[in-house]
Amino acid sequence: MAQKITIEPVTRVEGHGKVTIHLDEKGNVVRSRLHIVEFRGFERFIQGRPYWEAPVLVQRLCGICPVSHHLAAAKALDVIVGAGTGTGLSHTAEKIRRLMHYAQIFQSHALHFFHLASPDLLFGVDADPKVRNIISVARVNKELAVQGVLMRKFGQELIQATAGKKIHGTGAIPGGVNKNLSEEERDKFTKGAAPMNPGAMVAWAEEAIDFFKQYYKKNKEFIDTFSVFPSNHLSLVRKDGALDLYHGNIRAIDSEGKVILHDVDYQEYFNYIHEEVRSWSYMKFPYIAELGETEGWYRVGPLARLNTCNFIPTPLAQKEFEQYKANTDGKPNNMCMHTHYARLIELLHAAEVIKDLLNDSDLQGNELVRRGEKKHEGVGVIEAPRGTLFHHYRINDNDQVAMANLIVSTTNNNEPMNRAVNHVAKTMMTGKKEITEPMMNAIEVAIRAYDPCLSCATHAMGEMPLHIQVITADGMVVDEIKR
Amino acid sequence: MERKKIIVATASLAGCFGCHMSILDIDERILSLIDLVDFNKSPINDIKKFTEYCDIGIIEGSCCNSENVHVLKEFRKNCRTLISLGECAIMGGVPAMRNGIPIRECIEEAYLNSPSVKGHNPEMVLPNDPELPMLLDRVYPCHEIVKIDYFLPGCPPRADLIYAALEALITGNEMKLPYEIVKYD
Ligand code: SF4
Repeated sequence: MAQKITIEPVTRVEGHGKVTIHLDEKGNVVRSRLHIVEFRGFERFIQGRPYWEAPVLVQRLCGICPVSHHLAAAKALDVIVGAGTGTGLSHTAEKIRRLMHYAQIFQSHALHFFHLASPDLLFGVDADPKVRNIISVARVNKELAVQGVLMRKFGQELIQATAGKKIHGTGAIPGGVNKNLSEEERDKFTKGAAPMNPGAMVAWAEEAIDFFKQYYKKNKEFIDTFSVFPSNHLSLVRKDGALDLYHGNIRAIDSEGKVILHDVDYQEYFNYIHEEVRSWSYMKFPYIAELGETEGWYRVGPLARLNTCNFIPTPLAQKEFEQYKANTDGKPNNMCMHTHYARLIELLHAAEVIKDLLNDSDLQGNELVRRGEKKHEGVGVIEAPRGTLFHHYRINDNDQVAMANLIVSTTNNNEPMNRAVNHVAKTMMTGKKEITEPMMNAIEVAIRAYDPCLSCATHAMGEMPLHIQVITADGMVVDEIKR
Repeated sequence: MERKKIIVATASLAGCFGCHMSILDIDERILSLIDLVDFNKSPINDIKKFTEYCDIGIIEGSCCNSENVHVLKEFRKNCRTLISLGECAIMGGVPAMRNGIPIRECIEEAYLNSPSVKGHNPEMVLPNDPELPMLLDRVYPCHEIVKIDYFLPGCPPRADLIYAALEALITGNEMKLPYEIVKYD
């Protein structure tokens, strides 16, 4: 009897995504899909709005990493108001934005590690779902939970200081920023009572890496073999090949490390990246144009970034990076669970960058905005916590938005997440009579490694809800599992 | 004597999760909150179906598809007090900017006209699979679908406001509303 299994991780409650798996008579996985069931219509309804609204408006499509949208939109508008890209802004403006962005990276990565990954690491992937959440973490390891909460708080307060608000701020404007960081504001962080200062955050980030490395030592096989498959990798890199999360050129490499896109200017991203539409998901499938739909898909995010960049420009993170690279003899890392490892190295890097930036007197400068000759079109790209994020706007003569295009991080990871689901379903479910809870969680664990907004969000404090239906080929529900 | 814990459920409909993130922004207070309340059906734990009648239901986001309406009605049925959290829940918010624009135009813009799709989708594939829930003609605020008891404004509401509201509901004391914590953006 052919079956269809539906895992609705989020639909019942959040309505963002679900997984369907089709099995044939013998229990072979014939097809699996991760559906994104949300549609907003943003590209159309922003048309006609004044362009300067974009940075505050667009971020309201994602409250999990709003700073990334805020800054990607602002970067696109920098081009439109003639401030250019990257080096066009005043030092003050660029550094305030960087501080805002690395604070966002820091809080988002901390949230992911402590609130989402740590329950799996502490209790095990196949532990009772009732205990796999941050509340249980708080009960068995209060210190770890407090660390997580305070690291997130530190990042959020830095965002507030630079953007005006913790969520959906207004700090970045076309051509610059609307405020600097006063000495008083700065001192709140640099002279903050322990642990709320940059030094303590660096130390905690190092502890988090140690925590993971310990875990890795004990669970090497799982971490090295779970949901492993080759893929291309894409991210921005700085001119000199350094990891840079705020600005750079697009670099893409294949699973062996061969360069596919050689540090190209993102203003012309549409020549290099196309998107495929599939009828069963609202989320499109981007691919590198030259390689086509079937070969051109790629991963973005921490794993991809540490594959594409040559080095990390802060000393502690660089040291960890070298150790991390040694695991694969310097080759690209295609092991899904190593994303957690890579994310923590970035967490440390973000803490170091924040520490350095806070000591930079440019933050107290007064030149906030630069403008030049107006243009009608601009692209802004940034490395969001979850990966490369593209914003593209065209305006008309009345300064209204005429066209908007977004490729968000999670969209870039659409194909890899689908592959991951398929991979896990095939290895764990093929030929099995009964679909068990740990199998379902394994699917989630694979999706979760990409920290997609849909799961990151639902995992804010614990488990993704799961709803599995076993359905016959003619649509009859013969079995139903709800966790 | 152990006091019975207040039971809280939360949901995100057509929202950006910013309101849920703002709940997390109560920071350390979350650790004391978990001594006072139990979370039922919510993205923040793993209870999928209502296992008991809840004291407080918190809704983020508006209704943009059939699924949202279904979830919202479930919440009304299972919660004594229902709160609209944030502008999306209260008046549709940014997603409601599509109201007044034919949905077809929104879909075509995203899947046919965008610069990274244009010319590369010759079959004009559009998302239309039965697995995808039906989009509604327009985006509805929650109180147009079910009765809502309280509204907490803001985009998102500040963490202090959320905490003050929960505290008031838990203790039964009147909520203090200092000017600084109520914001409308
Ligand atoms: S009210 Fe604002 S923060 Fe809340 S869901 Fe809507 S857009 Fe997001």
